[in-house]
Amino acid sequence: MYQILLKENLVPNIHLFQIAAPNVAKKAQAGQFVVIRIDEKGERIPLTIADWNREEGSVTVVFMGVGTTTHRLARLKESDSIANFIGPLGKPTHIDNFGTVVCVAGGFAVATIYPIARALKEKGNRVISIMGARSKDLIFWEDKLRSASDQLIVTTDDGSYARKGLVTEPLKELLEAGGVDRVIAIGPSIMMKFSAKTTEPFGVKTIVSLNPIMVDGTGMCGCCRVSVGDATRFVCVDGPDFDGHQVDWDLLLARQRIYLDEEKLSFERWQSQRANSS
Amino acid sequence: MAKINLKREPMPRQDPKLRAKNFNEVALGYSAEQAKAEASRCIQCPKRSCVEGCPVDIDIPGFIKAIRDDNMPEAVRILKSKNSLPGICGRVCPQETQCEVSCALDKKGAPIAIGRLERYVADWERANMDSAGSSITHPKPTGKKVAVVGSGPAGLTAAADLAKLGHNVTLFEALHVAGGVLMYGIPEFRLPKKIVQAEVDYVASLGVEIVLDTVVGKTVSVDELLNDGYRALFLGPGAGAPMFLNIPGENLNGIYSANEFLTRVNLMKAYQFPEYDTPVKVGQRVGVVGGGNVAMDAARCALRLGAEEVYIVYRRSEVEMPARREEVENAKEEGIQFRLLTNPKQFIGNDQNWVAGMECYEMELGEPDASGRRRPIAIPGSEFILKVDVAIAALGTRPNPIIPSTTEGLETSRWGTIIADEVTGKTVKPAVWAGGDIVTGAATVISAMGAGKRAAADIDAHLRG
Ligand SMILES: Cc1cc2nc3c(=O)[nH]c(=O)nc-3n(C[C@H](O)[C@H](O)[C@H](O)COP(=O)(O)OP(=O)(O)OC[C@H]3O[C@@H](n4cnc5c(N)ncnc54)[C@H](O)[C@@H]3O)c2cc1C
Ligand SMILES: Cc1cc2nc3c(=O)[nH]c(=O)nc-3n(C[C@H](O)[C@H](O)[C@H](O)COP(=O)(O)OP(=O)(O)OC[C@H]3O[C@@H](n4cnc5c(N)ncnc54)[C@H](O)[C@@H]3O)c2cc1C
Ligand code: SF4
Ligand code: SF4
Ligand code: FES
Repeated sequence: MYQILLKENLVPNIHLFQIAAPNVAKKAQAGQFVVIRIDEKGERIPLTIADWNREEGSVTVVFMGVGTTTHRLARLKESDSIANFIGPLGKPTHIDNFGTVVCVAGGFAVATIYPIARALKEKGNRVISIMGARSKDLIFWEDKLRSASDQLIVTTDDGSYARKGLVTEPLKELLEAGGVDRVIAIGPSIMMKFSAKTTEPFGVKTIVSLNPIMVDGTGMCGCCRVSVGDATRFVCVDGPDFDGHQVDWDLLLARQRIYLDEEKLSFERWQSQRANSS
Repeated sequence: MAKINLKREPMPRQDPKLRAKNFNEVALGYSAEQAKAEASRCIQCPKRSCVEGCPVDIDIPGFIKAIRDDNMPEAVRILKSKNSLPGICGRVCPQETQCEVSCALDKKGAPIAIGRLERYVADWERANMDSAGSSITHPKPTGKKVAVVGSGPAGLTAAADLAKLGHNVTLFEALHVAGGVLMYGIPEFRLPKKIVQAEVDYVASLGVEIVLDTVVGKTVSVDELLNDGYRALFLGPGAGAPMFLNIPGENLNGIYSANEFLTRVNLMKAYQFPEYDTPVKVGQRVGVVGGGNVAMDAARCALRLGAEEVYIVYRRSEVEMPARREEVENAKEEGIQFRLLTNPKQFIGNDQNWVAGMECYEMELGEPDASGRRRPIAIPGSEFILKVDVAIAALGTRPNPIIPSTTEGLETSRWGTIIADEVTGKTVKPAVWAGGDIVTGAATVISAMGAGKRAAADIDAHLRG
């Protein structure tokens, strides 16, 4: 069992858990993920490692409530435990001194990009970060990401805070101004797709972190397969980072929707059980 | 000499119509009377040719005699002295190509049903003896730490034997459950999970510490374990990486590897969705590509989950099918349809990116190939479309590269298997042994156990030497 040491509700529907998992904390690197399962009947789902504390033996995850597992997770309290917490999985993000790197984060992925930006900065890169949210009340870790960046640009879709618009707009301006050596874009698939489309004409290498449906997370099922540059790759072992210009986005988006009916059924069942028990 | 009895006791089984709709065990097991009758057929031949057919050297005439003599605790003792997992082997060993084919009565067409008797003894033990305490003698601790990686039959056997020899054994498993393919691959109706769990508990009761959720190579590396006081390491991570056909359309929605389909169903219990939260798509018409045990298991699971038409699509003919005869018969009885000499060319999708059909060639058999089997050749112009809404690729598995790619000093073949001594399992890396599917490629439960056993003996000799 893995205990929740700290729980924080960052913004509506996005939660941070710090979980006791000394073995995972010992090895965690930026860009890797864990697979968790709440209990015996629960599903295995992947979550990115947002931070870690090797001395304390804890790992931080940040997640958004979207369906049964993430909503059930969100209702757990500090000192509760979850059954399984496996990792660190996947390849760490390739960190090197590239020069100037633009880190683009959409939604809860601010938490995913933070350790990457920090590692890039430690390596001597000039890090420009762009974070986007739907509206002001969904902004979190702005200060944290600023501290890991040389420059930070914030956007909101509705203009309720900072710059109005999508993350791809300032990204395009930075590319036009020149001097960008690499882009790392993480967030919802559609946002990563359009970030990659934005950088493609500029020929700037763009790394994305793919988020297909997974089961084991160790390369044994093939559920997470994607097509990258016409080759089939398993995201859990070959990724999750890939060259965004090579990804078959439509395939990824289609495969993410395989279980929509079952997910809906599961969520409604859980909600009605909750209603009955309270 | 008494007259030889050539009437093999049949195995009682669930009715095909009923069992095609449930996940309960198909074979129901012998009653005490049936077991005794079958055991009494054994002529206790001095040559004991049956024993040679068993990769773990079970004293077969010995345990059979004990059944006949009503001495069940003795039967248990004899079995368990060589095989920690008799409840599993009695169910899934390909006996017809191992112990039973070597039985003196096989020539007369009625070998002793050794596997069924083995299963009977194991089931008797679970029902009648406190299995944790039954056959354990506490060895003198050696104080030496040994790590075993992977809790499939190879790892479980190595861990059990090393613990019985007094070593301090830790077993690391990547998944949240121990048992390997026995848990995530072979379905409940062929191998009930409570039996696997009982065998895993037995291994734990020997003093083996089982550490789940630990992917060696990721959570901890082989060298870190060696530096952490483990004096020897046995690698038994199996060959769990699925293969696909590499034909167009293979990533469409609704196309599974058998591993994914079976893992969802068996490990995650998708057959009890939504009570268990992991879903699986079954569809109305399911095409399973392949002809081995894995294909039969996937097809029979799909049928039980409610598919209306389930096809086995296999490119050779029935005689070349690698699946166990018994399981092919079971599958047929249940209503699985065999499309033999048929091979997919591509998958066709609908506008929702879901698989809608499998375009197939009809095949014919040419000259024998390197494997000695006649090579299947596509007949030009024979293409036709098999309508399916779910397809499962059951084409075999490769070794997972996680351990080889994160461990320096291991040698691998061009198929990705770890190279190890055939007898001892010793690899070229000091203090590291390997065995089971990771060395042989996908094989059998009992051969993996045999490898675990031999490696345990060699590790013990090494630690005492
Ligand atoms: C490598 C990786 C890292 C991720 N990191 C984070 C993170 O840090 N924070 C976060 O909030 N989310 C993250 N996700 C997404 C997260 O796994 C899904 O939101 C979660 O699985 C949804 O489960 P659910 O039961 O709550 O919702 P459901 O209702 O079951 O599903 C909602 C949607 O989530 C996706 N999904 C469902 N099941 C799975 C599954 N087993 N594996 C992956 N995706 C699934 C599907 O596209 C589905 O339509 C990550 C995904 C991947 C692959
Ligand atoms: C569906 C199916 C049906 C089968 N039917 C039969 C049958 O009827 N009869 C028969 O004899 N054989 C059958 N087989 C084959 C048989 O199951 C295998 O040959 C046997 O299980 C191999 O044993 P193993 O111990 O080498 O590996 P596995 O059983 O594969 O176990 C390996 C274990 O190691 C774990 N692991 C992998 N990598 C790591 C890592 N890096 N760190 C930690 N743990 C790791 C895995 O999660 C797994 O639990 C079948 C196989 C399948 C898939
Ligand atoms: S372990 Fe397998 S091969 Fe050996 S006697 Fe038992 S059934 Fe036969
Ligand atoms: S060969 Fe057959 S008959 Fe002879 S001892 Fe073995 S099981 Fe009995
Ligand atoms: S999640 Fe199973 S192979 Fe990647």
